[in-house]
Amino acid sequence: MAAVETAKSRVFNKIAVALVLLAVIIYLIPLYWIGSTAFKPRTAATTVPPTVFFKPEVTGFVKLLTKRVQLRKAVPEEKYNTAKWYEKLVYDAGQRIITSSPFLSRFWNSILIAVTSTFLAVSFGTFTAYGFSRFKVAAENDWLFFILSTRMLPPVVVAIPIFLMFRIIGLVDTHIGLILLYTAFNLSFCVWLMKGFMDEIPIEYEEAALVDGYTRFETFWKIVLPQSATGIAATSVFSFIIAWNEYALALMMTNRTAQTAPPFIPSQLGSGMIDWTTIAAGTFIFLLPVAVFTFFLRKHLLRGVTFGAIRK
Amino acid sequence: MSDLTIRNVFIIPTITFLIIINIFPLFYSLILSFADFSAVSGDPPEWIGIRNYRELLRDPHVWESLYLTMKYVLISVSGQLVVGFSIALLLNRKIPAKGLVTTLLLLPMMMSMAIVGLFWKLLYSPTWGIINYLLGLGKFVWLSNADMALLAIAITDIWMWSPFVMLLSLAGLSAIPQHLYEAAAIDRASGWFTFSRITLPLVTPLLLIAVIFRTLEAFKTFDLAFIMTGGGPGTATELIAIKLYNMAFPQWQTGKSCALAYILLVMIIGISNIYIKYLNKAKER
Repeated sequence: MAAVETAKSRVFNKIAVALVLLAVIIYLIPLYWIGSTAFKPRTAATTVPPTVFFKPEVTGFVKLLTKRVQLRKAVPEEKYNTAKWYEKLVYDAGQRIITSSPFLSRFWNSILIAVTSTFLAVSFGTFTAYGFSRFKVAAENDWLFFILSTRMLPPVVVAIPIFLMFRIIGLVDTHIGLILLYTAFNLSFCVWLMKGFMDEIPIEYEEAALVDGYTRFETFWKIVLPQSATGIAATSVFSFIIAWNEYALALMMTNRTAQTAPPFIPSQLGSGMIDWTTIAAGTFIFLLPVAVFTFFLRKHLLRGVTFGAIRK
Repeated sequence: MSDLTIRNVFIIPTITFLIIINIFPLFYSLILSFADFSAVSGDPPEWIGIRNYRELLRDPHVWESLYLTMKYVLISVSGQLVVGFSIALLLNRKIPAKGLVTTLLLLPMMMSMAIVGLFWKLLYSPTWGIINYLLGLGKFVWLSNADMALLAIAITDIWMWSPFVMLLSLAGLSAIPQHLYEAAAIDRASGWFTFSRITLPLVTPLLLIAVIFRTLEAFKTFDLAFIMTGGGPGTATELIAIKLYNMAFPQWQTGKSCALAYILLVMIIGISNIYIKYLNKAKER
């Protein structure tokens, strides 16, 4: 709209910049707050008025990773002096570390399940996308519609019968169970997204390769796959984030062994030894990879959230 | 291998897998929806025809929950539309560090709904929450207040998903040919005229996609409300997905919950049908 530069439009522009700045500040306050709470001393986390300036410390993170008991009597000085830095932090809070907390194993579950299901979904999705992109398929749009519609189902609706079936075949609270579900959930997404990327690769390269005597599979493997590297990378990161963030299915299908971080972190709230700095620390560690990935993905976000339909 | 074999080998496993994981269980739950059955009782299902459906459709709590869900969808989607589209209009000008600003605004949308709900609980705390402090509301109760809880969840949803509407609006706005605006300027068209006759009609297709998708997602809302209020206080925020969860898991009314799931499923399929149609239309442009 800035085709004609007038004094009026310059004023408008200044107002727009100010409003955008305001919006960004409002948007970032919650994120800043959760990040800063993670590094606050316990007493500074819940003050009125809220504490803005404080000496950052990592007690919240130490508490997140350990199980502790209250100290009944003061620690002997020599023991305190030889203690490791994180033990001292806990001693200072009047507690003693007994063992590591389940958080690490939940976090590891999250990584394992998200990575495996992403790998499976992207692999199958890439093959299928190539199939739909390059060959004639009867009722192609109906099949693609079916594939995407499986993703629209609310998790709770699918979870009831799946829970019963998993119980019969012993997949409740197992890594494999959750990996299967997340793979299915992401597969439809991967097919659509990868099809979008593959449709953009000019078909001429493949035709030339076929003329040169490549088999169809070699063309796919040696020509199409390398050219869709960016697409595969973006799709993988998206699938990883989706699996990483998933809550409802994990809540209903797991409770201990295979539980991931999203149902675990909230369940810690209100359990005796946990306070908000600890919750914030868990949230911080959990959200950090997503924030980093979002920056890598920024050029592909539009495509990702519209299942590859809108590419700009 | 022939092209036909390759095509089948590439496509059929995916379709089969999706059918096994999604369609097969749905048939199972369709059958169970005609039974009086609890998965923890050990008794075999007792076939009762359509009684589950009849009871559900006559249950005022179910209707209340559906009404709540509609209210939630309306508040949160219209909020996202207004906030998201406004920010997009602002960003469609010459703004310094536009790329960075856009990416920062898109951060919340990429995060886990459950974890976002969790830390908004901290922000909403009546005694020491930052929201009450910044707005000067004293000890105002948000989440444990039957009149405010639904709105509080919707506000969190608006914070999280307005950037989604913004992203799609920006794509629509940047696709509008500049010469249309130049022509309007030559004709001395008013700002409102330009907006309502050029900008709005040309962004509408993408706005519609954003709105339908968000409607679908808001209708299914579970994570956010479950974490923030668990459906309470009382049943003040018992959205239909939470009602279904409560019926299926803590109460173990398996047969009945399958019936409710099917009622929901029909509605969801209706909305997603419309959505995918518009998505395909946008793709063909």
